[in-house]
Amino acid sequence: MKRHISPFLLNDVIQDDRGRGVFRVNRRVFTDEDIFELERSAIFETCWLYAAHVSELATNGAFISRLVGGKPLIINRDRNGKLHAFFNSCPHRGATVCKEESGRARSFTCPYHGWVFSDEGKTINIPISASYSPACKEDSTLNLVPVPHFDIYAGFMFVNFAAEADSLESYLAGAAPYLKNIEAQDREAMVIVGGVQTYSARANWKLLQENSADGYHAATTHSTYFDYIRNREGAVRDNFTQSGFGCVRNLGNGHAISESLDGTPWGRPLARWINSWGEALKADVNEAYQEIESRVGPERAKIICHGDRNMLIFPNLVINDIMGIVIRTYYPTSPSYFEVNSFSLAPKNEKDSLRELRHRNFLEFLGPAGFATPDDQEMLESCQRSYATQRWVQWNDLSRGMLVEDEPNPAKQDELQMRTFWRRWHHLMTEATGEATA
Amino acid sequence: MNSDLLAITRSDVEDFLFQEAALLDAWKLEEWAALFTEDGEYLMPGLTEPNAPPLNSLYLIYDDRHRLKERARRLLSRAAHAEFPHSQTVHLVSNVRITDRTENELMVSCSFIVTRAKGAINDTYPGHSTYRLVTTPEGLRIRSKRAVLALSVLRPHGKVSIIV
Repeated sequence: MKRHISPFLLNDVIQDDRGRGVFRVNRRVFTDEDIFELERSAIFETCWLYAAHVSELATNGAFISRLVGGKPLIINRDRNGKLHAFFNSCPHRGATVCKEESGRARSFTCPYHGWVFSDEGKTINIPISASYSPACKEDSTLNLVPVPHFDIYAGFMFVNFAAEADSLESYLAGAAPYLKNIEAQDREAMVIVGGVQTYSARANWKLLQENSADGYHAATTHSTYFDYIRNREGAVRDNFTQSGFGCVRNLGNGHAISESLDGTPWGRPLARWINSWGEALKADVNEAYQEIESRVGPERAKIICHGDRNMLIFPNLVINDIMGIVIRTYYPTSPSYFEVNSFSLAPKNEKDSLRELRHRNFLEFLGPAGFATPDDQEMLESCQRSYATQRWVQWNDLSRGMLVEDEPNPAKQDELQMRTFWRRWHHLMTEATGEATA
Repeated sequence: MNSDLLAITRSDVEDFLFQEAALLDAWKLEEWAALFTEDGEYLMPGLTEPNAPPLNSLYLIYDDRHRLKERARRLLSRAAHAEFPHSQTVHLVSNVRITDRTENELMVSCSFIVTRAKGAINDTYPGHSTYRLVTTPEGLRIRSKRAVLALSVLRPHGKVSIIV
């Protein structure tokens, strides 16, 4: 049965007054069960969702199984090299067909009644199949069900659960060239380093989207990290806390980026050397830089190597190319809890010395045991707890820099990236309820 | 073989590990960091690849001596938000075994359960640790501590904001 949606569900949840430069989000969007249910269909079942990186399926026969947008999927490369994405649900009665997280397989056998599926998803053996009518067996409903849309861009694999969807490239809009710049970091391919950080937070998922490219919170929330870096590095070119540093851009379709060139105090294994790495590694860092420069030219090499980028791809993907490259995707299981999968992406041909630096660098700041991520979670969770007061404290303010948001290069500490997210969110949600958008 | 090392018994190792646990529960974190040798390291592999070396796998913690000291120092700051005010922890250490003795090192394995309570949240971190210990004039010291969480996902904890 189709869930009844109140036509007033989203009434006035966003105040977007460009003339006065005021942008407010009503806090019930973080707690309301009906809004949460609507997000599942209006957001997560209409948008392209990041599923995996192509390097995770490097060889023919490789498969991974994981939740994407809350749905269990098998993603595999068949024996002929073709990539597929199926729902990991036996078409017979629903048992999980593939129980391993990754591996290699020429076929998949459902452990419940022993149905066997080829690596192209076709049923190739059904025990005691004579008892099925010819009509039943001829029907393709006995095969694994493919995800409606599955595509790759610059090595990033996405799925879309809607019956009809725009092409992935057109969905990615202004984010596409940034993904190309990540792909260009290796002469051959980028790879997911082994392993995934699977964690969570007791907060609404949209708070993490806001947080992941928020230049404004860094100096306070992460003061202990910056103290640590400054003590270690000595005097560093460090102007990122000053106003006017870097910029944020609306990339279209709810995507946004916060970017800057140098000026942050951490090193980049590709390829921005810092004092604590020592003279011995300077040559390796320079060599990595020169290799990129020789392929993409000096201008693009400078941006790729010296830039820091926090990119939000609507609705639930963050690709932060900062002290390492983190791919972070998340999905809510309730309005006040979400699960995160976080990966490290690295150049395939990176020297061991630089890979070592990358890992140390990455874990210093990022991940659930880093010097920063737990404090972000603490902030998100404390926000969520306080929304118990929402009848009295109704609004979140995201107005920073709003009066200059259409001018070139709005500052990195502004909140255009968050407004970009919320405007897209509001558009898709009101489209689903039939409420008129302002 | 180093004769000091040869004389070390499991009881000696247990005393040392219990002392480490007591320091952590008492939030004497700088004293904890001082239990490591100058070339000491503190590692926590990722949950999906507990045996992979740190060069090929995304760990949770990959601290050299400098960073484990800084980790301890940072956690004592009021601005380490996830741990301010400090959580209450209990570090239980058990199943202690000396698994090998090399020329200069003692290999030790043990199991642990660490509980963390903060506000309304109670989380449990179970796992297995392997230590490489050395003898010094000050007593046993840690050259390497590798703590492997026996969890398949870090949920609902969401983080490892304490020292395990």
